[in-house]
Amino acid sequence: MQTKVENNKAWFLVMPVFLIVAFSAIIPLMTVVNYSVQDIFDPYTRYFVGTEWFKQVILDSRLHDALLRQFIYSFTILIIEVPLGICVALMMPTKGRGASLALILVAIPLLIPWNVVGTIWQIFGRADIGLFGAFMSYIGVEYNYASNPIDAWLTVVLMDVWHWTPLVALLCYSGLRAIPEVYYQAARIDQASRWAVFRYIQLPKLTNVLIIGVLLRFMDSFMIYTEPFVLTGGGPGSSTTFLSQSLVQQAIGQFDLGPAAAFSLVYFLIILLVCWVFYTTIMNMQKDK
Amino acid sequence: MSLTLQNVSRVVEGETWIDEVNLTLEPGSFNVLLGRTLSGKTTLMRLMAGLDRPTKGKILMNGVDVTGVAVRERNISMVYQQFINYPNLSVYENIASPLRLAKMDEREVDRRVRETAEMLRIDPFLERLPLQLSGGQQQRTAMARALVKDSQIILFDEPLVNLDYKLREELRQELRALFKARNCIAIYATTEPNEALALGGNTAVLNEGRLLQMGPTAEVYHQPKDIITAEMFSEPPINVVPGRVNEEEVTFDDTVHFRLNSDLRRLTPGDYQFGVRASHIGLVPHSDDDLELPVRVDLAEISGSETFLHVHNPHFDLVLHLSGVHAYQVDEEIKVYFPTHKLYAFDDQGKMVHSPARMRDQ
Repeated sequence: MQTKVENNKAWFLVMPVFLIVAFSAIIPLMTVVNYSVQDIFDPYTRYFVGTEWFKQVILDSRLHDALLRQFIYSFTILIIEVPLGICVALMMPTKGRGASLALILVAIPLLIPWNVVGTIWQIFGRADIGLFGAFMSYIGVEYNYASNPIDAWLTVVLMDVWHWTPLVALLCYSGLRAIPEVYYQAARIDQASRWAVFRYIQLPKLTNVLIIGVLLRFMDSFMIYTEPFVLTGGGPGSSTTFLSQSLVQQAIGQFDLGPAAAFSLVYFLIILLVCWVFYTTIMNMQKDK
Repeated sequence: MSLTLQNVSRVVEGETWIDEVNLTLEPGSFNVLLGRTLSGKTTLMRLMAGLDRPTKGKILMNGVDVTGVAVRERNISMVYQQFINYPNLSVYENIASPLRLAKMDEREVDRRVRETAEMLRIDPFLERLPLQLSGGQQQRTAMARALVKDSQIILFDEPLVNLDYKLREELRQELRALFKARNCIAIYATTEPNEALALGGNTAVLNEGRLLQMGPTAEVYHQPKDIITAEMFSEPPINVVPGRVNEEEVTFDDTVHFRLNSDLRRLTPGDYQFGVRASHIGLVPHSDDDLELPVRVDLAEISGSETFLHVHNPHFDLVLHLSGVHAYQVDEEIKVYFPTHKLYAFDDQGKMVHSPARMRDQ
């Protein structure tokens, strides 16, 4: 009888991945889990508190407000950026020098670091030295993002639209370029209108890139921190304080590590849940077809 | 409804894609455009469709100049090499789409869609999406879309290329039958001579943007006007052997010569290119005046249940098209029989000056 020789070499090959994942994800996450069940006064004085922080976090009305603001914000920018991105992609030239130029111009906002984007808009919106602020006061609209919550919202949303619509536009642009020329030719022969071409050829062919675009934009906007931090600091009041900002205020501002850790885990689960809901809904919509 | 092209040329960025094509297609005819890749088949179709404008020349429909008329106002359909359907519309809606755009009455739409789907045997799949069908069914859907409206011209741009062999044969047969009853002009582009022969109708041979010959398919096959047409219209290409004719015999080289037979007697003495089809050369003599030729084997290429046998003698190469599977060693010495009464002769310009008497009768 022959005994089966086991080849254990494969473990050495898997090991590096395992180590990297352990250090990059599992250990930090476990640290957070560890914090979330303790009340920490200093590195040597800590008490196990069980699920206390979780209860507190889930019942905290400030966090409820931040979560609501976060959802409104994320959906607002999705509603604006996705259609706008598609429009930009449709209008971009497809051939020649114009195409390269348009690609570069559209991609520029994506290359700017987040905090710089915040700074740009901070200056841009000021009535004394900023172009946008000056323009608003010139046409007689009272605009001050530092004191008026609506203005602050408007500016934060505008900033995100400026910063991230190009991503949706570039994704759609590549999706559009992947449609074979014969489809358009067939549509011309069928005497289809511009709208029909968009509705029945371009949009269906864009579905896949749009799923990626919506997911990326949702996740990113749900975790937004730097730009509003630089631009408004979460104000005026707490009108532009989104989830990550309240988290940082709690963790670093007040140094409440336990509640902050519990909050982080809840935050993480919310993102996971929402993405899962998004993904399965879209996939089911696809399947039903 | 006839379609006429008068001196049509298309030049793109200094390159001539279509060169002075003159062509008339009759209503109810089935026309094959035969040519290699880049011979201008698609370009010519785009001109006929009105997707592009000719650089020079005129396009007439029923005698009316339509050169500048946009594709929307010409009543045409087109089927492509790729399976082009609306991806998120059902097969039913796909077929109905041209009728919907023409604002046709709903009951009439329904009747026509079902009739066309039945004809193309996709009626069980009307509720499905195109991507849930096999390639053949997707192409049938695309064909149904082209056939459902009463187009005056239907263009097929290598529609069967992406299908497997069996489906191709099946669909080709059906296609021919579908058009028997119609009074539209069907134009079918292909690179394969066998496909042109199977489809019948008329064939136009296209090479490097020029129309070489146009006529009933069998006639073009049997009476090619020049060497290129003869080469393009047979698979494997016709064998071409240079030779010389004098008062009493034909000489291929110092060793190979035969007496002029009754068929070749009309040729005036001089140099010619002799063409012989690969299927006419045999391994056994079929007639008394077959010429025995010792050759060496280069390659026995087996294709299905047929063999393409590549051989050479010191002066020229030949390809034999044999039925059945034959195995030969490379460099093996064999004898083949050259049918001296089935020779085409071309002059130094490549024009055909003689075709075998038997072919002339057909």
